Amino acid sequence: MLECKDLTCVREQRVLFKQLNLIVKPGEILHIEGPNGVGKSSLLALLTGLSSAYSGDVYWQQQKITAQRETYYQDLLYLGHKSGVKAELTALENCQGFQRLYSSQTDVDLYDVLLKVGLVGYEDIPAAQLSAGQQRRIALARMYFTECKLWILDEPFTSLDKEAIKSLETCLIKHAQQGGIVVLTTHQALSIPEANYKKLFLTKATVEEHYV
Amino acid sequence: MFNVFIQVVRQDLLAAFRHQSAILNPIWFFIIVVTLFPLGLGTDPTLLSRIAPGVIWVAALLAALLSFERLFKDDYIDGSLEQMMLSPYPLAWLVSAKVLAHWLLTSLPILIISPLLAIFLSLQIDAFYALSLTLLIGTPILSLLGAIGVALTVGLRKGGILLSLIMLPLSIPILIFSTMAVEAAASGQDYLGFVLLLAAMLVGAITLAPFAIAAALRVSIS
Amino acid sequence: MLKWLHPYAKAEHSYALAGKLMPWFLILTIPSFLVGIVWGLAFAPADYQQGDSFRIIYIHVPAAMMAMAAYSTMAIAAFVGLVWQVRLAEMAVAATAPIGAVYTFIALFTGAAWGKPMWGAWWVWDARLTSELILLFVYMGIIALYNAFSDKVLAGRAASILTLVGVINLPIIHFSVVWWNTLHQGATITKFEQPSIATEMLIPLLMMIFSFATFLGFMILYRFRNELLQREQHRAWVVKLVQAKQRG
Repeated sequence: MLECKDLTCVREQRVLFKQLNLIVKPGEILHIEGPNGVGKSSLLALLTGLSSAYSGDVYWQQQKITAQRETYYQDLLYLGHKSGVKAELTALENCQGFQRLYSSQTDVDLYDVLLKVGLVGYEDIPAAQLSAGQQRRIALARMYFTECKLWILDEPFTSLDKEAIKSLETCLIKHAQQGGIVVLTTHQALSIPEANYKKLFLTKATVEEHYV
Repeated sequence: MFNVFIQVVRQDLLAAFRHQSAILNPIWFFIIVVTLFPLGLGTDPTLLSRIAPGVIWVAALLAALLSFERLFKDDYIDGSLEQMMLSPYPLAWLVSAKVLAHWLLTSLPILIISPLLAIFLSLQIDAFYALSLTLLIGTPILSLLGAIGVALTVGLRKGGILLSLIMLPLSIPILIFSTMAVEAAASGQDYLGFVLLLAAMLVGAITLAPFAIAAALRVSIS
Repeated sequence: MLKWLHPYAKAEHSYALAGKLMPWFLILTIPSFLVGIVWGLAFAPADYQQGDSFRIIYIHVPAAMMAMAAYSTMAIAAFVGLVWQVRLAEMAVAATAPIGAVYTFIALFTGAAWGKPMWGAWWVWDARLTSELILLFVYMGIIALYNAFSDKVLAGRAASILTLVGVINLPIIHFSVVWWNTLHQGATITKFEQPSIATEMLIPLLMMIFSFATFLGFMILYRFRNELLQREQHRAWVVKLVQAKQRG
């Protein structure tokens, strides 16, 4: 269970949001919405522990994440604006890197994964020579072999084509059905079954929570 | 745990070898800077051999400074630095691997071509041994110190000059002890004391710097 | 350490406390400075070797001491700030750095000015002067780093880390410079190290040191308050304060 209590975020002496409370339970997909510059990415950065809050804390399984970083990161998969794909390395090498540095299933055949994300035939070309969408797919390939319970995704659908969006959506739903948690921001309308789909609207400096 | 260390080093080396100019440029810079001194000061061998340790060390410092940008900048831009900070392994450990890879890529080549430059600057053989030894021990300290500076400035748009501003004053002791060792060797004195001092600093840097680098990264990436 | 205090009460409280302490520091500074400077410059006996030019120690020595004291303050504040995550301590680091840099500059300038009659040159690579110069570089690095961040919370933390790195490094720098100096200069006598000092000279010196120290305290508090206001400008208590000032 991911939880945050009284989270206040101040960036460059400007308050982005105040005293935000949030609970996401296993099996839920939380979609954070709001206009540009309202602090969606900042909120995700706080949830991952990449940045620290002005006040308030984030809890994972009832424990402060700052007190148990390494345990928390065993459960966390984060995908930011920047995909984390190294331009000089090939798709396959990038995937191997992800597999070794983050909690992953070790018995997965990476060629199968590349097949699933549609990168077979490109596996030995440096990522720099691939298109933006293909680079994004390398980053998304992680989701097929990760063992992390909590996925935090910042605009995962950017530069993907329709087909890739569809399969990513399916992947997210499947993850939630298996008891995982997904927190994501996107401007895309999602077709996710309502049972475990939550929305959070961020508005300027005040926060309202709407659960759909 | 150790596998992860190897993996990070391997990845960095692989990426660097696919992008060779990044390794070669600092080395050329180093050679050119050293060449400038005889051109500016005249070719008197006694003068050259006297200033050689200082020149080579200052040039190594500047070359290191140039290459430091690359230590975290590429990773910062493509987001893999962010990812590294979210890895379940201790950040200080991963960061040490990156510094090692960086040292292998930038300082080791300087060490290897230093005989050539010693000939350029008419350095005697005893002094040259001392110089190689100080480079071998001193450059890792430089890499560790520099990594702290890079970690502090990596998120800034104009971090380059700031990096030299914060890093150069801190590297003064290394410069002093190294050149003093070489001078002692050149005049036939025992220089082991200086080398041991440098070694002590290296041990200190290896134990403390990774934590400072990790803390600095946590500030820069947020 | 200060964790039990509610983060919202802390800043406001410290602002008021600093405001209350400030005048006391100033009250201590002014008389000791006036007496010390008049006594030192006009009434203390001249040095039998250096004549009247030795009187610059009444500025140089206190400034050099306070340059170090300011750095120690910063190091302690940085340690507290990073270990216990006290934001106010990180602000103190940022507030102190420019003051320390100015003291260092004064020490450096007066040291060089003293060198002119003593050594016959404005600048001599004396171990102390060189160390002070490097200390000034370190201060400048910290200030530049602080100013480079647009988010002041991060800036304070970055400056604190650099301060701590510096505090480990500064003794090594000083030691290496002293060693380098003795090797390169042979037996130059350091003019700043008097074997003993006459009581009539010592008392005004101590008074000057005291006044410089209290002034350092005053300036730190002053800048700390400014820093607080600037950082917390979005908070209600600052807004209230400003409105009250405008009305009154």
